[in-house]
Amino acid sequence: MEVEERDPVSGHRTTGHEWNGIKELDTPVPRGVLIFLVITHVFAVTWWFLMPTWPLGTTYTKGLLDVDQRAIVEQQLVDAAAERAPWIDRIERASFEEILPNEMLMSIVQSSGHQLFGDNCAACHGVDGRGSANYPDLTDDDWLWGGDVETVAETMRVGVNTEHPESRVAQMPSFGRDGLLNREQVNSVAAYVYSLSNPDYSTSENIDEIEAGREVFLTSCAACHGANARGNQDVGAPNLTDAYWIYGGDLQTIVTTVHGGRHGHMPTWDERLTNAEIKILALYVHSLRVEKP
Amino acid sequence: MFHNLAPSWSQGSEAMPELFHRKLERSAIGFVLAIIAVASVGGIVEIAPLFTIDETVEEAPDMRVYTPLELAGRNIYIREGCYACHSQMVRTLRDEVERYGPYSLAVESKYDHPMLWGSKRTGPDLARVGGKYSDFGMSRILSPREVVPESNMPAYRWLARNSLKIEDLPLHLEAQRAIGVPYSEEMIENATRDAYGQASPGSDSASNVKERYGAETQVRAFDGVATNVTEMDALVAYLQVLGRLTDAAFEDTAAPEEPPEPIE
Repeated sequence: MEVEERDPVSGHRTTGHEWNGIKELDTPVPRGVLIFLVITHVFAVTWWFLMPTWPLGTTYTKGLLDVDQRAIVEQQLVDAAAERAPWIDRIERASFEEILPNEMLMSIVQSSGHQLFGDNCAACHGVDGRGSANYPDLTDDDWLWGGDVETVAETMRVGVNTEHPESRVAQMPSFGRDGLLNREQVNSVAAYVYSLSNPDYSTSENIDEIEAGREVFLTSCAACHGANARGNQDVGAPNLTDAYWIYGGDLQTIVTTVHGGRHGHMPTWDERLTNAEIKILALYVHSLRVEKP
Repeated sequence: MFHNLAPSWSQGSEAMPELFHRKLERSAIGFVLAIIAVASVGGIVEIAPLFTIDETVEEAPDMRVYTPLELAGRNIYIREGCYACHSQMVRTLRDEVERYGPYSLAVESKYDHPMLWGSKRTGPDLARVGGKYSDFGMSRILSPREVVPESNMPAYRWLARNSLKIEDLPLHLEAQRAIGVPYSEEMIENATRDAYGQASPGSDSASNVKERYGAETQVRAFDGVATNVTEMDALVAYLQVLGRLTDAAFEDTAAPEEPPEPIE
């Protein structure tokens, strides 16, 4: 075999193998690729020593740089907290009355509140806080538990119908399904409630039904919603005389509500959010409201 | 054959294959051994740590197992391919920890067969979504455009209409036990009843679920209707328990000034 034989065209060596006059070229790996390969190998081996790499049974090689991602992220969180501390502290210590007129703090509330709202609240109340069917609109003036900033913050903290020990508790009983009212009574009280926000609904034809509904209302509903049906924010009973409805204010939906009851739920944010974050959110929700004409 | 080495050094890279490759290639057994050695590196790196997995996964004595209803929800999560767009793994990065909560620990996936860490986030991470929204909020997210008009997530409204197949849950529990999830004989026998009970508050079966799976177990009509058990019940029950099987991750980061020890 002629190992030294060179191919006249490429100038490369042949392997010396020959099949019926066809010879095999022994073209070397291009030099660029070879250099790249060597560099990556050198890098990889260096990396083994610098970073955590090889598993060793119950432990692993820790590396010379002593890099620990968990320690890094903990440090970053500490740094981030320190970075925010000046204004978080101010928001935490200041009362709502002090923060509201303070433009600097309110601009922080706006930017940081928008983020917090989008992550935590928007899933139910909508990105703009306007709620939707079955979720309260946070931008209007109608509040179940009270709409001043302190009360909103407290509602966020404990939630409604949650496992929190101080949770707000409110339940609309299922008057029809549980047999507290018969079908006729459900229909008449629904008609009465409907007529409260739609005065035109009451005509000489259905005035008897509405009157009967008023009687039912006074015995069964007034305890929570009040004799004047204006609701009671101490027990989370909504005002039934206005145009704001969570579950819908048409007659059919009111019948459904009286029949099957409602058992709303708002999560408690006590563990998930810090005090300052709840404060920021309460202020942010407040600002959503005042921005409206 | 080496007498021409000297001139070929001057021609650079042609010398290296000449020196190592030719030698190696011509020793059949040596070459086979070399191939085995190189090919096994990948295998060893993946397999060797599994031999000591019992020592390397964190301790979490409060770790619960999935209830039959949650397991059924998990199966729906897999069936609908939720993992293709949602991960279940909070990484050790500042923005993730600030947004989702403490980074995920290995022990939290201890009873996940198969694990659903995922590798793509078209939607947000779900590792700590349990308890973040109300049940109704969870089920409504499954009609995404009602919540976020520009969402590109598919709607899953029919889950609320499909009744859940609960008769075969004992078999699912048994399969999980075969691969190491500590379900007791009693849990397996009562799996169907427990699945019904967890979604039917007030029923006799409901109190049994808490007895068997711990007081932390959430017993509710997850889809808002107590009278039947739907696939929505199962999926919402599963979503509501994500990140809540153990508090281990929260305990570790409760004191940021003391970062957790690297696993020894």
